[in-house]
Order: sequence, then structure tokens, then C-alpha cells
Amino acid sequence: MTDPGYNFAYLDEATKRMIRRALLKAIAIPGHQIPFGAREMPLPYGWGTGGIQVTASILGPDDTLKVIDQGADDTTNAVSIRRFFHRVAGVQVTTRTAEATIIQTRHRIPERPLTEGQVMVFQVPMPEPLFKLEPRLAETRRLHALGDYSLAQVKLYEDIARQGEGGSAYSHPVMVNHRYLMSPSPIPGFDNPKLHMSPALMLFGAGREKKIYAVPPYTSVVSLDFDDHPFRPVRAPHACAACGSTTSYLDEIVTDDRGGRMFVCSDTDHCAENQMARKAAE
Amino acid sequence: MKPAFTDPVLDAQAGFRALMEAMARPGCVQQVISPPDLPEGLEPAAAAAILTLADAETPLWTDAGEEARGWIAFHTGAPLVAEPASAMLLLNTGATMPELATLQAGEDETPQDGATLIRQVAGLSEGSGWRLTGPGIAHEHRLCATGMPADFPAQWRANAARFPCGVDVVLCAGAALAALPRSVALREGG
Amino acid sequence: MYVAVKGGDAAIAAAHAWLAEQRRGDKALPELSAAQLQEQLGLAVDRVMAEGSCHDRELAALAIKQARGDLIEAAFLLRAYRNTLTRFPAAEPVDTGAMRVRRRISATYKDMPGGQVLGPTFDYTHRLLDFALLAEGEAPLAPEEAEATGAPMPRVSEILAQEGLMRREPPGDGAPPPDLTRDPLPFPAPRALRLQSLARGDEGFLLGLGYSTQRGYGNAHPFVAELRMGEVEVLITPPELGFPISLGEITVTECQMVNQFAGRADTPPQFTRGYGLSLGHSERKAMAMALVDRALMARDLGEEVTAPAQDQEFVLLHADNVEATGFVEHLKLPHHVDFQSELEKLRSIRARWEAARDGVPEAAE
Ligand SMILES: [Zn+2]
Repeated sequence: MTDPGYNFAYLDEATKRMIRRALLKAIAIPGHQIPFGAREMPLPYGWGTGGIQVTASILGPDDTLKVIDQGADDTTNAVSIRRFFHRVAGVQVTTRTAEATIIQTRHRIPERPLTEGQVMVFQVPMPEPLFKLEPRLAETRRLHALGDYSLAQVKLYEDIARQGEGGSAYSHPVMVNHRYLMSPSPIPGFDNPKLHMSPALMLFGAGREKKIYAVPPYTSVVSLDFDDHPFRPVRAPHACAACGSTTSYLDEIVTDDRGGRMFVCSDTDHCAENQMARKAAE
Repeated sequence: MKPAFTDPVLDAQAGFRALMEAMARPGCVQQVISPPDLPEGLEPAAAAAILTLADAETPLWTDAGEEARGWIAFHTGAPLVAEPASAMLLLNTGATMPELATLQAGEDETPQDGATLIRQVAGLSEGSGWRLTGPGIAHEHRLCATGMPADFPAQWRANAARFPCGVDVVLCAGAALAALPRSVALREGG
Repeated sequence: MYVAVKGGDAAIAAAHAWLAEQRRGDKALPELSAAQLQEQLGLAVDRVMAEGSCHDRELAALAIKQARGDLIEAAFLLRAYRNTLTRFPAAEPVDTGAMRVRRRISATYKDMPGGQVLGPTFDYTHRLLDFALLAEGEAPLAPEEAEATGAPMPRVSEILAQEGLMRREPPGDGAPPPDLTRDPLPFPAPRALRLQSLARGDEGFLLGLGYSTQRGYGNAHPFVAELRMGEVEVLITPPELGFPISLGEITVTECQMVNQFAGRADTPPQFTRGYGLSLGHSERKAMAMALVDRALMARDLGEEVTAPAQDQEFVLLHADNVEATGFVEHLKLPHHVDFQSELEKLRSIRARWEAARDGVPEAAE
């Protein structure tokens, strides 16, 4: 049941309206960061306040909400946020990707292909893809206006020249609709291709940095790379110890202090589904 | 004064989801919940869109009649402006549409300041009419809007050419609405 | 009739009497005891111990009470007291690997030997005011006192080190560690002194600096390899005995952040460690310290020094809140002698400027 001391989904209606207007403009200008008046939330900055504000502004009583952190529904922060919305909005919650209409996430995109009825809400710590190269916001805003991404290209080129491969293992920047360079949030590069031409709407909320941006469904999203050094998403070269998957993104788990390791799916729902399918087949 | 949404919180949420879907999937027609009894000249979808988006922070221009103007001012608190060029939200109920080129389009660094034009039309249907392509559309989507100015495709081409600046349009007919975000390309059907 | 301000003694005595009265507040309410502060405002006590650079919970609580809850003032009181104490031999390095752990988390692994132990934490609480506490109702207590877990908990940084992915710290040379409280900081400062300085540094200042490294001011890509809090034993080896004896246990919070290092011609790419250790339970402080420690290693690692957090002098000379508050607040002291000469100087420059503007030759002066 919803907490009677708070408005539905915690935020007041004026705040929701402000965020909703920003969301519509974000969708109309794919990949462009829109400043918004992020509010203090009852969870600390950096813990998903941007994602929570976006979710609170779109969520309705007919929605089914899934919250993941690092791909898993049972991680503490995911549990905490799911409880929060259950408490302040009384909505149906689920761990099943297939059943969710809204999926709030930190650092992963589910393995199961998303559908047209779904909205992804990403928690974003640093929305500015250029911040490591140019920390001044006035300057990066100018570079985005000009579409001047030579800084990022030079950095990538230098990485390739030095390490033989380019780019970041996570948060690897993407070009959206051939116009804006965008941070996909700190998802592993493995997940970047899932943003491209996805049937689902992707919303990004950065609370502390007070920015909202979006990738509409069926939109071109290309990881920054060079023709002769194409972007290569990586995963640990193992099979999941629980479900046997050789295609899912894996967590490395240390089993002892003598170098023991095992690998299991980071997406807990996907792993459970695989295990169930395996049992049914037996 | 005629009432606004029956449930101000949940009806606005439903109105927003319809607008969000419309903006994310250009040309796809969405249905909205609307107040039961509306001022003269105001149709359900346009009324719901205004109640969902307008407040004291959105300078609003409209050519709707006195009753509708009073209803909007009372329920949303939006400041009504006389010039289309000063508006963030425009509610266009008449036959004449303000020229897109005259509306706020934002600046290169702040394209989000481009206006939203909500226009009532006679009818909306999918499957024929304009050919839409761009973000939000897998291949091509077709939308037929009756009652648009003849030069709208040309106006839209000029609007799209200013991307990322530009105006976003929401078309409303009865309880249905569909959107044209500035990112979408529009060709005349055939 | 004009009377010059005099009678400083009486004014000061009156002000201090008023302060004492303000500190006590409404006498209809019971007076707070230092023991209550220790028990119920424990994190404030820990912060004052850390910044006061003195491990004594009772005295830290007293300082907070005396300072009316002004934690920088309290750290100042404790620091001033500390300076009156005799310095015994340096303790042996505390073995945080052998900590009786009450809390231990790693952000880099989902699970590892010993597991994730949440312990008493604000993390994952919803920041909603609990009006039951206002009504002086007792919050429901934990079902039973959570005991420190006995499972072995290897340090996460060791797990990475076994794979050769962790930069090995240069071994100590066996010489007694330098002591920040005895000699002024030399620049460039060795890491031992940097860590001493950061450990007593202002939590807010370090927090802001650490935060800046995450936002592009300094090239940080940090992960919390491990954050642990619990009890460690303090040992000293008196020269006359030649073997270590225990002084007892203290609570500390330790944070090890790992950061990528690009490598150089002579060093392979690897992880480097930013280290934070703080008295009591103070995670924010330990984490901020670890971020700033890593940023300050830029020079040693041959990285480009571009950001404030990487600048040793900037960080270490401004981190101490007792120093900082002293100098900032000294601006309240009378400065009328200096100001008088400033005034005269300005008048003179102003007259010259006006003369130049009006075209009056300077000789007219
Ligand atoms: Zn699996």
C-alpha cells in the first residue's frame, strides 16, 4: 500500500511536470543532455537519485517495475530502490525482465531482448562523456553544440597507439542518431550494442549532475571507434557456472584466497531462466 | 468553471505516458483520459496534454476561445502570452496554424528551449498519409492528419533542417494524439 | 561624548559567561552527559577523534559538549590537549588484515572469501525523517548484538596482488616513520607524511577534493576494492622488553581503492592503491582519503599533475581544519593598524587617479 504521508511516487506534481517536460524534449533530441532541477531524494546522490526521479515521474499504477544493480535484482541498492517504490507508489514489482514495463538499472542492460512495451531507466553518475578530457561544463556544452568530438577521437587514438586497443571497458561513449556523443552510463562495453535500434525507450537520469537524456526506440547508437579498430565488446571467456551460458555477461567470483575463481551470469533473472529451461529439457 | 482531471495525479500520469509514447514513436496514435466536461472548442486529447504539461513555468499561447483560456489559466496557472514567439507551449485550435519558423526553436547549446505546438486537427489515422522516418521508427511509419496547412511538409523540412534546434508538434483529434518530434523526417505520402 | 572602546577584560569575561549559558541552554531540560554523547552521537565523536588526531572517545565527547556541537572547535580542543601529552614509542603498524570485522564490503567483487558484511550502515536506508525518534520513542533494536564475524577475511587487494595486477608498495626501510607532529611537512612530502596529514585532515575538504577527482579534475577511475571497519589491536615494542605488548583495541575504518595505472616503459599497466585509514567509524573520511591519496601519487607515478587534488602543497597545506579555521577566523581580530595604512594608501592612489582623470598636472600635489 502507498504511504499516505507522501504523494504518489514521492515527488510532488510540479516536480513531476518539470521532469516530464524535460523527458519529452530529451526524446525529441536524442542523446542531448537536458539540465533539470533535480531534487533532494531520500537516498544519497550517486545512489540512483536521477534514475529514481525519472522513474517516479513516469510510473503509474498499471506499471510493473524491475530494479537491477550490476544486473542483479538481489543486490542491496536494487532491493532498497524497489522497496522505496513499492512503499511510495504501491506498484507491482518483479524480478522477471519479461514481465516488467519499467526497468530501472545501474550498470547493466538485461540479456533478454527488450520489447516495445518496455522503458529502461538508467542511473547515471556522470552524464558528460567528455568530462575526463574537459571537466568544464561551459566548454563541453559548446563542444556538443558544435558537434566537435575531436577530443574524444584523439583520446581513443592515443589509447590505441599506446595499448594496442582503444576505449574504456565500461562507459564507452556512443554517437546517438549520428549527432550527439553520449555516455551510455557505466554499462560494460558488452552492453553498448544493445542500445542500437532497441525496440525499448531508454531514459537516463543523473541526479547529482542534474541532467536528463534519452535514446528513443529504433535509434542509431554507435560506439565511438575507428574503421581499422572497430569497437569490440568483451566478456570473460567462460561459461556460467550456474546455467552454462556462453553468451551472457559474467561476474567473477573469488572463491578462496588461493586464486580460486568462478564465473556466473551478472543478469540473475536471465541465469534463472536458463537454469529453468535446462531443467525442463532434462 | 468546468473541472480538470478527475484524478489530478493519476490522470496526469496517464496523459504523460501517452505523450511520451507519442514522442518516442512518432506518428503512432495514442489515446488519453480526459476531463468529462470541457470548455467549448477544446477537445479531450488537447485538454489532457495541456493539463499534463502546463504550469506557472510555461508561458502559453492559444487561439482558443475565452472559456478555454479562463479554464487553462485557472487549472494550470500558466501565464498566457499574446505572441506565439514568446510561448513555450502553444495550443492551436483554429484553422490557421502559427508558422513553425516564427516559434521558439532554442539555441545551439540549449535546443531544449524549442517550443511544443499542440494542434487540434480534424482526424488522425495510421497506415496512410505522410511517410515518417527517423529515431523512434523501425523502418517507416505512416500518419494521416486531416486539417493541416497545405505547406506543412515544407515547413517541417525547414524545421528539421535546424536540428537540434526546432519545434516539436503534438497533433490531437478527439481523444487521440500523435507527435512529430523535430528529429523525424516527413515526406508526403503516395 | 566619544568614548574609545576599552575594558577588554570585562567584555571578554561577560562574553564567556554568556557562552556558558548558551551552551547549557534551557535549564528545564536535563543536561547532556559526555557518556550520552559517546553512546548516542558516536559518529560525531569518531570524527572529532580523527580530526583531533587523538584516540580518546571520552575526551572527544567532552570536547563536543564544551564546543556546543561545533565539531571543528571540538577537534581543536582535542588537538590542543593532545599536544600536552608525552610521546611514547611509535606503535607497531596495526594489522587491519587481522581486524575483528563489523563491516566489510567490496564493490569490485560480488562475493569473496568472508563475504560481504553490511554491518551498521546508513547505506540503503531511506532518508525519511523518523518522527518516532522525535516523540522519544525507542527505535526497534537489532534482535541481538551483531557479533564480529570470525571468518577469515583476506584483503581484496591481496586477491588482485596474487594475480600480479596490483602495484606492490615499496618496502619500508626500517627507519622510524616520520612524524608530522614533530617536524614541518617537507615538499615533496613522502607518502607516510601525506597519509598522516590526510588522516587528520578535514573530512569536508577531503570529500570535496576526492569528489573533484571523480569529476575529471585528476584522472581517477576508482573502485572500492574494500572498505572494512572493526577493532584492531595496538601493539608497542618497548625497547627494554624487545617484544610487542598490547595496549588494547581501537576501532578503525580502512578503505582501499583500486585505480588503473597506464604503466610506463619500465612498469606494466596495473592497479594502484589509494589508501584511507581513519580512527573510529568514519567511512566517508576513509574513502575520501583514499581518493586523495591516489591523486597525490601522480607525481611518484610520473603522471601529469594538472588538478588541485594532485597538487601536494595545495592539498596538504589546506587540509587541516584547525589551521584553516584559525587563519580564516583570525580575520575577526582587530586589524585597524594595517587597515589604517591601507586606507591612507588608497586615498593617495585615488587622488592621483582623479587628478589624472581631470587633467591636473601631478606637480600640483
Ligand atoms: Zn548463468
